[in-house]
Amino acid sequence: MSGTSNVILSLIDRHYQRLLTEWLACLKRDAGIGGAQREAEAAELAKRFLEELRQCAAVAQSDDIHASEWAPLRDLLDDLSRTRVNQGFSAGETTIFVFSLKEPLFELLRREMGKNADDLAREIWCTSRLVDTLGLYTVESYSRTREEVITRQQQELLELSTPVVELWDGVLALPLIGTLDSARTQIVMESLLERIVTSGAEIAIIDITGVPTVDTLVAQHLIKTISAARLMGADCILSGIRPQIAQTIVHLGLELNVVSKATMADALALALRRSGKAVVDRAKSAAPAPPAE
Amino acid sequence: MAEIPILKIGDCLLVSIQVDMHDRLALALQDDLTERIVADRARGVMIDISALEIVDSFIGRMLNNIAAMSRVLDAVTVVVGMRPAVAITLVELGLGLTGVRTALNVDKGLALIRRIIDSEDPDADRVG
Repeated sequence: MSGTSNVILSLIDRHYQRLLTEWLACLKRDAGIGGAQREAEAAELAKRFLEELRQCAAVAQSDDIHASEWAPLRDLLDDLSRTRVNQGFSAGETTIFVFSLKEPLFELLRREMGKNADDLAREIWCTSRLVDTLGLYTVESYSRTREEVITRQQQELLELSTPVVELWDGVLALPLIGTLDSARTQIVMESLLERIVTSGAEIAIIDITGVPTVDTLVAQHLIKTISAARLMGADCILSGIRPQIAQTIVHLGLELNVVSKATMADALALALRRSGKAVVDRAKSAAPAPPAE
Repeated sequence: MAEIPILKIGDCLLVSIQVDMHDRLALALQDDLTERIVADRARGVMIDISALEIVDSFIGRMLNNIAAMSRVLDAVTVVVGMRPAVAITLVELGLGLTGVRTALNVDKGLALIRRIIDSEDPDADRVG
């Protein structure tokens, strides 16, 4: 068993109640915990933390908190970070919980070894290092949880923004919204091709009204999607090209090799014409000559 | 050695590839197919690849070759039944199969061949 753990262990054992009270006072002052409920939560958490710290320090072989003996304490900190992330706390507000333990610990150490400056300095250094690593672990855990949240949201956004809709029997529409990167192109392509198979559509309208910019890379991705659909036997019509984007495409010298229409309505009209269907204005066509049936 | 059967449907030929292609089989298929196009006076060739899970550059080139040969013999080639995953792989490989026409399934492939032949010479007799 290492020296640090030993000293902390005996400190917690002998001055448990005092340490807890002073720590909570520090927490209240530093973190500005207001409200009876929040205070009770913090007290509960602090108690659990001290319990785990005592137990871990009792069995730990070293101060390395990544060792397996420290797992319960790490779990506690992971838990803490996760709840704090979900409640919208900042990283500082989360880690102050651990760092505020320093003041009461140092105070106790000073009282215990007040006369021996050498021992005091050494113990303070060791204790400080342990608390620091625990604090750093909390920060890491906090940012890891945040990254998980961001990744999940990205995934959800990806799924939300790539619907394939059936406009007419045999005519699919793919309204693209947001920038087209490789990952999204992959998903767009897969969902389009799956729908072509299930619906047997021969025409797909790709609408890029919601695509903010078209550069060479986006054009490349569009071309890929169009040729993949062609390989499945479906023709593509590009629609929703805004005037600025038309200019950009020409300035960049991009060759899309696809029928393009300014609006989705024009594209649908073309698709219907190609599949041999006609849209008739009944009021107009009825007046001069009734349809010969 | 396995042989790929060539079926006659009206004035079209249907080739269904269901085994792994290799050089000699591809050459044999090209031989057989060109012979049959001439013998049956076929106007269309459908190549069904719905059983293929992997289409590499070799098969891609073979399909292009067959399409080019058929065109010389005045027959339209349509590749039918490509799987979505195969289509994505081909596009990622940069093989758009631009020389070949495609359709979702045999039904649509036949209809496409009919449309192309009719648009090329509307007065031609429909040989049954």
